[in-house]
Order: sequence, then C-alpha cells, then structure tokens
Amino acid sequence: MIVTTTWFLLLAAALFSIGVAGVLIRRNALVMFMSIELMLNAVNLTFVAVSRELGLIEGQVAALFVMVVAATEVTVGLAIVVAVFRTRASANVDELAEMKG
Amino acid sequence: MTDLLWLVIALPLLGAVVNLFFGKRLGEPVAGGLSVGVVVASWAIAVPATLSFVTGSGQVETIYLFSWIPVVGADAAILWDPLSAVMTMIVTGVGALIHIYSLGYMRGDERYPRFFAFLNLFIASMMILVLSANFAMMFVGWELVGLSSYLLISFWFTKPEAAAAGKKAFIVNRIGDWGFLVALMIIFATFGTFDFGTIFTTAPGILTVGAATAITLLLFVGAAGKSAQIPLYIWLPDAMEGPTPVSALIHAATMVTAGVFMIARAAVLFELAPVSGAVIAVVGTLTALVAALIAVSQTDIKKVLAYSTISQLGFMVLAVGVGAYTAGVFHLATHAFFKALLFLGAGSVIHAMAGEQDMRKMGGLRKMMPVTFITMAIGWLAISGIFPFAGFWSKDEILAATFAKGGAFIVLWAVGLFVALLTAFYMTRMFVMTFLGRPRWDGGTHPHESPATMTVPLIVLGFFSVSAGLVNTPARLAFEHFLEPSFVGVPHIKGLTLGLIVTLAVVSLVVALAGVTWGWLAYRRDELPAEDGAFWRRSLEAFAVDDFYGRVIVAPGKRVSTWAAETMDPRVIDGAAHGVARGVLRFGSVLGKLQTGQVRGYAGGMAVAGVILIFVFLAVGGGF
Amino acid sequence: MAETIVFIIFAAVALVGAVWMVMAPNPVHSAIGLLAVMFSIAVHYVILDAHLIAAVQVIIYAGAVMTLFVFVIMLIGVDTADAYGPQVPIQRAMTAAVAAGFFAAIALAGRVVWITGSAAFGRPNLSGTVEAVADELFGTWMVVFLSTIMLLTIAAMGTIALAYFHEDSTEDEASA
Repeated sequence: MIVTTTWFLLLAAALFSIGVAGVLIRRNALVMFMSIELMLNAVNLTFVAVSRELGLIEGQVAALFVMVVAATEVTVGLAIVVAVFRTRASANVDELAEMKG
Repeated sequence: MTDLLWLVIALPLLGAVVNLFFGKRLGEPVAGGLSVGVVVASWAIAVPATLSFVTGSGQVETIYLFSWIPVVGADAAILWDPLSAVMTMIVTGVGALIHIYSLGYMRGDERYPRFFAFLNLFIASMMILVLSANFAMMFVGWELVGLSSYLLISFWFTKPEAAAAGKKAFIVNRIGDWGFLVALMIIFATFGTFDFGTIFTTAPGILTVGAATAITLLLFVGAAGKSAQIPLYIWLPDAMEGPTPVSALIHAATMVTAGVFMIARAAVLFELAPVSGAVIAVVGTLTALVAALIAVSQTDIKKVLAYSTISQLGFMVLAVGVGAYTAGVFHLATHAFFKALLFLGAGSVIHAMAGEQDMRKMGGLRKMMPVTFITMAIGWLAISGIFPFAGFWSKDEILAATFAKGGAFIVLWAVGLFVALLTAFYMTRMFVMTFLGRPRWDGGTHPHESPATMTVPLIVLGFFSVSAGLVNTPARLAFEHFLEPSFVGVPHIKGLTLGLIVTLAVVSLVVALAGVTWGWLAYRRDELPAEDGAFWRRSLEAFAVDDFYGRVIVAPGKRVSTWAAETMDPRVIDGAAHGVARGVLRFGSVLGKLQTGQVRGYAGGMAVAGVILIFVFLAVGGGF
Repeated sequence: MAETIVFIIFAAVALVGAVWMVMAPNPVHSAIGLLAVMFSIAVHYVILDAHLIAAVQVIIYAGAVMTLFVFVIMLIGVDTADAYGPQVPIQRAMTAAVAAGFFAAIALAGRVVWITGSAAFGRPNLSGTVEAVADELFGTWMVVFLSTIMLLTIAAMGTIALAYFHEDSTEDEASA
C-alpha cells in the first residue's frame, strides 16, 4: 500500500472539519483561536500535498504566506483577548454581545 | 558648471522650508540672513553658467534631474539656454537685492521669518518656471508663483484690503491659468508630449495654422493673467496692498514677466500663428495706453508705479506680439532693474513718511533723502526713455521693431509713441510731486534717509538702470547675439536698417523729452495744478473697470451662487441626501435584528454557507 | 512501506490531538492537543519532501505561536467552567452536521481533481529545499513577500496599541 496524495487530502479535510466543529461549540475565545489555527494548518497541508503532486513549488510558497498571516492573526487576536479580559475578566465570547442590533 | 544648477531651485526652497518651520526659533537676524544667503548663493551659482554663454563657450543643454511623469515627456529637467540664463540672473539678482532691502523694511514685523519664507518660496517657484524643460514643469512653477504671490500680497492679512487684494490676484490669475491649462491639453493632444525640445523641433512640420492659433491664443490668456494685460490686469493695482518689497518683487522683476517669458519660450509656436501675433500686439498696445491714461492721475505713489508697470508690460507684450522676442526680453530685463529701483525707492519714501502714500502730502523730500532722491531720479529718467538710460534702448527697440513690421502696425507704433509721451509725463509728475517743490506734509512727520540695507540695493539697481541698456545698442547688438541660441528657427525682424533705427530713436527721444518738459512745467511750481475735469475724474477711478466687472461678471455669478446655496442645495441636494439616509436607517433597523451578538452564531452561518458554496461549485464544475 | 507506517501513525496522532483539543475542557489540554497536531503535520511535510516548510512549521507554530497561546492562558487564568455551553439544545447536532458536511465537501472536491488524470503519488520529484523555495519566494513573489513585511509591522503596531493605550481607556472609564 502506497501513500497517495488523496490520503493527505482526506487527513486535511478531517482536521479542517474538526477545526470547524471546535469554533462552533467552544465558547472560550482561546480555544476558538486554536481551532482556527488548526483549520489553517489543514489548508497548509493541502497546499504542500498538491504542490508535491503537481511538481510546483508555488504551493509551498503559499503555505509560507499562510503561516505569516496566521502568525499575525494570532498576535493581534491574542492581544484583543487580553484587552477584553482586562476589562471584563472573562474570555467567554458569548458575553461579548454589546453590538447586538 | 551647469551640474550645480539644480541648487538654484533647491536652495531657495530649502530656505523657505527652514524659515517656515524654524523661523521663529532662529530669530530675526538669522532668519533674514539665511533667506538672503540662499538667494545670493543661487545667484552666485548661476553666474558662471551664464558667463559661459557670454564668452561663447556655453551651449544650450538639458540637465536631467529625475524622472517625474515620463509618459507625457515630463521629467524634472532644467533647460539651460541664454533665455533662462537671463531670467535666472534677473530673478535671483534683483530678488537678492529685494531680499536685502526687506531686511531693513520689514524689521520689527511680527511675522518677519514668515515673510522671508514666502519670499524664498517665490524665488524657488519662479526658478522652477524659468528653468523648466517642459510645459508640465513650467505649469507647476506657474501655479506655485501664483500661490506665493497670493501669500505675499495678503501678507498683512489682518487688513481687509490686503486679504481682498490677495484673493483678487489669485482668482484673476486662475482665469489666466485656465487658458494655459487648455492650451497644454491641446499641445498634448497634438504632440503627445510636453517636452520643449520635441515640441519646438516638430511644430513647424505637424502644426496646422488653426491649431497653432488656438494654442497660442490660449497660452496668451495665461500670459495675460500673469503679465496683467487687458482684460485681466485689474489684480495688479490692488496688489499694492502688500509690503513694498513684495510690490517690487512681484511687479517689477519677476512674476509679471512670467507671461512675457512664456511667450518668448514658445516663440516657435507663436511664429506659426500670425493672427495670434497681431492680437497679442494689439492687446499689448491697448494695455499700455489704458494703463498710462490711468497712471496720469493717480495720487498714491505706489498706484502710479503699478499702472506704469502694466503700461510697460504692454510694451513687452507688443514686442513679443510683433515677433521682436529679443526686444521684449531686453525690455523685461531693463524694466526689472528700473522698476524695482522705483518701487524700492517709493518704499523708502513711504518708510520715511511713516506710511503716507499720498503724493499730495509729500514734496521737498530731496534734501532729507539724498540717496533715495538721486537713485529715484535715475529710475525716472530710465523709464521715461531718456538717452542713455536703460529704458531708452529697450523701449526704442520695441517701437522700431513695430514700425519695421509696416502696414497697420504703424498705428500701433504711433500709439506706442503716445504712451511713451504719457509715461514721461506721469513719471515726471510723480517725481516732482514727491521730491521737489515745497513740503506739504504735516508738522508731525520727520522724513529721514533709510538705513543702509535699503539704500545699498537702491544704489546697485541705480547702476544697472543706467548701464543695462548699453548691452544692446543698435551699434552693437550684444544681447541679441547672446539670446540667439534660444530663438533657433525664429526669423529676424526684417527691414531694420541702422538709419531707420537712429531716426526712430531720435523721434522717441524728442517725444520723451517733450513729456518730461510738459510734466516739469505743469508740476514744478508752488501750488499743485487743479486736476479737475471729466478726464481726471474718470482716470482717477481707473475708468471704473472694476465696477464694470463687478456688475457684469461678479454680480450675476453671485446670484447664481446664492440660488445654488439657498434653493438648490437645501431642496435638491440635501433632500436627496436626507432621503437616502432615511431609507438606509429604516432598512438598517430591520437588518439589525439579525445582529445577535453571538460570535458562534456568525461562525456557524459562515460554515454552513461554506459547505453550500463548495457543493455549488462542485455541481457547476461537474464534480459529481 | 516505512512511509506508509509513518503516515498512519502520525495521521492518527493528528486526529486524536485535534479531537482532544476541541473536547478538552481545560484550555491547557487544548493547547497540548494542538501541539501534537502541529508536530505531526510537520512530519507529514517531511514525508512530502517539503523540508523547509517542515522546519518553519516546527519553529513558528510549535515554537512561537504555541508559546504565545500558553502565555496568554497563564495570563488570563484557566477558565474551565462552561467550556462548551450550548445555548441551543441542538447546537451539537448542528455542529456535527456542518463538520460532516465540510468533510464530505472537501473530500468530494479532492476526488474531482485526483481521480481525473492523476498519476500515482510521488512521481514528480519535487524537493522543497531552502534553495528551491527561496528562488520562487524572492523571484516571482518578491512583491508579495515585501508586503508581508508591511503586514507584520502593522500587526506589531496594532498589538502595541492594544496593550499600551488600554490603560488610558480604563482610567477614563473609571473616572467617568
């Protein structure tokens, strides 16, 4: 039995779906962030696998860019979490509903 | 030598920036000294590059600075030829003297550093205009000159007249700028570039007479705005509200000559449009005549000089109109010297009289202000066209060129001669009323000679007002040969023999002497003659041109604006805006219900939509 | 064959880690789960010959990002109460449905591409060395690369602003 690209893609799909589920059921902002990181990682895995399949290095470059964006997003996101926590001593996203229409 | 020419623009700009931001901290002497220093340095840099043309070793060159808008052939580049060299010498040379003079004149002013910042900005803008190697850069300089003149004229903006004068100058100039801008559009549409070199070499081949006429007439609208020609001359007399050095800088030496310079620069285009030439010549002559008729009766010493400037500009425009570009630039140069001299002298007088500008309250200042008296006398004789002062040579050359054109141009020549007579008359009137006769001022004023920073520039300008004319005598046309590289492809005036020139010179000298004698006889007495009668009244109110413009252009314009502001805006524009706003509000309050504030709700929505979209794409792409 | 075994082991680790991350009530446990996922993904990159990406994955994700997460967890304290807290009873069911939908959708999409005309894995011999990636990154994608510099700078500024100016606003609130 030989590992094919399809295997990687299925693994990535599974990880992505678990990430989606995490975002939807957790109410702790930190864990939601982790789930988003998981989804981004799954996409990266897809990129690299497809890059290998097609023989194009661009997929790996794209993965690099995704990592940069993810790192930025985590930095700013965590800063927001800390800022929110300082004003209301909670990281529960359900309590953040001031903008309710 | 030409490598450093960019500094001629950069140094005054630097001075302006430094004075603008740090002037207050630098204090009076440092700020003023810096400002004078940069202009003198600019002049010093330009001198060797200009001298190379005199010795014959220099050549026309385009100095590339940096790429600006390459698509339209507009790089930041300096076109260094005799014409721009002459203008650079005038602007930086006379400009430096005016800067030095301002050191004394503006002493103690609250915004002293600011004034010098504006002066430097003006010099920098003027240098951009003069040194530009394409129309686009020239336009930048052109607009910057308009801006800095606005800043300078309304420098004492707390005076309502000064603020209004600045606005008037700016708005009237914008009408001219409109013409210039449209001309630039046609030029670009025709040539596909703004580069002087390309335009002037290809123009004779591809430009039709119609296009050439349209371009040149529109360019002339721009020139008429800057160089104060009919019908756009009205801003210049009002601009006297600015400090006197500003009047000298703007009116005498620099800004008003921009239009003449621009026509001379585009001489090749104007040569292709004989109709435009005729129009320009007629407008110039009319301007000279009307302004001289107004100048005759003015009692404000600066107003006399202002109208005399307009009149002299008329001469320059007449010169470029008949194709005597060298004569026009020559008169521009000599006029820069003697008119700057006259303005600065008038400033010295006003300074001495503690702000009094009415000549009827002067008189007998000769003894109190000997230096001002002698230098003003030189300026007076120079502008009146007395041999061998500078004005004689240059004005005479213009009249000779007009006469040599023949045909209907002889009429223009005759009118020009009459204007020369009037000029000699009103300048004599001004001079006699100010310096001679018995004192007519109040006991409270104690006139005194001005400080050295003010008199030294007067002496230097006086020297040039005597000698500048000698560079281009009919016997030795040194200036004309000097300028030749700038007017390649522009034909010479035909039919100018030495005998004709001398005859015409004698005629105009006689006329000038007659004007001086007339003025002398009329005003050199103890009692001023009563200047009464219909002509004097009309002339004193400048033929009510401002009034006329006010009724015909400004008032209807105001009515339209009022209608727009009071009917159009609240009903139609605001109505539409408010209607849209109400609609959005209503829609928003409905949509707001969807905004639950539950982050996971939104995330869920996104996820569901994502799944649906993937399936849609699969279906569309035939993935099943 | 060794490749297959490694793949199966680390795929299992990744899936278990991911599930644990989502289910664990304690955020620290979630972080450990995420760490496991990231390491195993790095191993998968090695299998795919993307060596540079694998190294970067370990350094940035397992190193920097995870450290950041742990720091923040320490900063704001471990908050285990109401970890899941479904407001709507059927939320879990809905979540499961959406996740399953995603999996099906992505798997289907993958099938579209890979079954049509794809050869066996590993035929194109592509090696993600530093040189190969750098050639591409500093060639074709130079402008994009440079713009990430701007992105990072702005993010740093934003973070500092959030951390620094916050004090003022709380004081305002306190005084108001």
